[in-house]
Amino acid sequence: MKFLIMGCGRVGSGLARSLTDEGHDVTIMDIRQEAFLRLPTLFRGTAIIGSGLDLMALRRAGVEGADVFIAVTQGDNRNLMAAQVARHIFHVPRVIARVYDDSRAEIFRELGLETLSSPRHVIGLMREMVFGQPDAQAETG
Amino acid sequence: MYVIVAGGGKVGFALSQSLLANGHEVLCIEKDARRCAVIVEDLGSATFQGDCCEVSVLEEAGTGRAQVFVAVTGDDEDNLIACQVAKRRFHVPRTVARINDPKNREIFSILGVDATVNSTDVIMSQIAQEMPTHPLTQVVSLRGTGRELCQVEVTERSPLLGQSLNALELPGESEIILIVDQDRKVSTPSSGMRLHAGQIVLAVTRGEDEDALREALAGVAPD
Repeated sequence: MKFLIMGCGRVGSGLARSLTDEGHDVTIMDIRQEAFLRLPTLFRGTAIIGSGLDLMALRRAGVEGADVFIAVTQGDNRNLMAAQVARHIFHVPRVIARVYDDSRAEIFRELGLETLSSPRHVIGLMREMVFGQPDAQAETG
Repeated sequence: MYVIVAGGGKVGFALSQSLLANGHEVLCIEKDARRCAVIVEDLGSATFQGDCCEVSVLEEAGTGRAQVFVAVTGDDEDNLIACQVAKRRFHVPRTVARINDPKNREIFSILGVDATVNSTDVIMSQIAQEMPTHPLTQVVSLRGTGRELCQVEVTERSPLLGQSLNALELPGESEIILIVDQDRKVSTPSSGMRLHAGQIVLAVTRGEDEDALREALAGVAPD
């Protein structure tokens, strides 16, 4: 599959690495060159300096042929804007945005984006570590 | 009318002031506490500290009963998301976003913001109109039509000089809608009129035909 990842932080770079290891075609974008230092020295994907909010840069990064677009920069709004551009302008089949603010994630989920609210997941995992069986415990409080 | 202004920078502050002066109910939402301390001196209780993209902040600000939501921060992505949250979650009938990067205009209209004001374009076209050597300036873009209204000064170099106005062959679907003569007489193109140097022409054209139109009327090749 062809992946386009926006944001080469810990999550973006780690994801890019594991996907290329599995043989996927990966392009990763970041506005800062130094962000690519997080990538392995022999990274088999493509790293492109540019903003995922810039239509020209997205085209250069091959958004038009991508199967999956993943937005994992530090900014919720940047991720949501880029994900909508990928979805509604470039019609990428699967678009996933990381969003810290859970209520904002929910609104855009209703609008057809796949959003991942990281605090909610971390909270769930932590509860699971403490209590085991997440669902039963979450309901009793 | 209840208007929420998201962003209390220079634009948001001045806008809030003028809306208040016109008797509207206004709430100016600003994230930065220090900036809030400055604008509260003037805007008083119309100041609200918080992140204009947070649902809880917008809820507390009473966004549900706002008739207009205007996002004028310096960050385009914040303006877009704030308007979308106001529209989708709080059903504000009219959302207006400021665009700082002209490239984002297309994106905003596709993603459903009701109206946009492109501050960079506005400033650029104002400055261009003040430049005596600038042969073509965009006056306004006609939303949803792919066309714009522009102003061109006819020069001695125009290849169409002296031709009858209603027989002019202009590039693409360009059309002259108004002529201002040197003596400031304003007229619509009619059969008796001819193109003269010094006339100001208002024309509707597509963006891609702009350079060709400039060449036809002002005789200046695209730079």
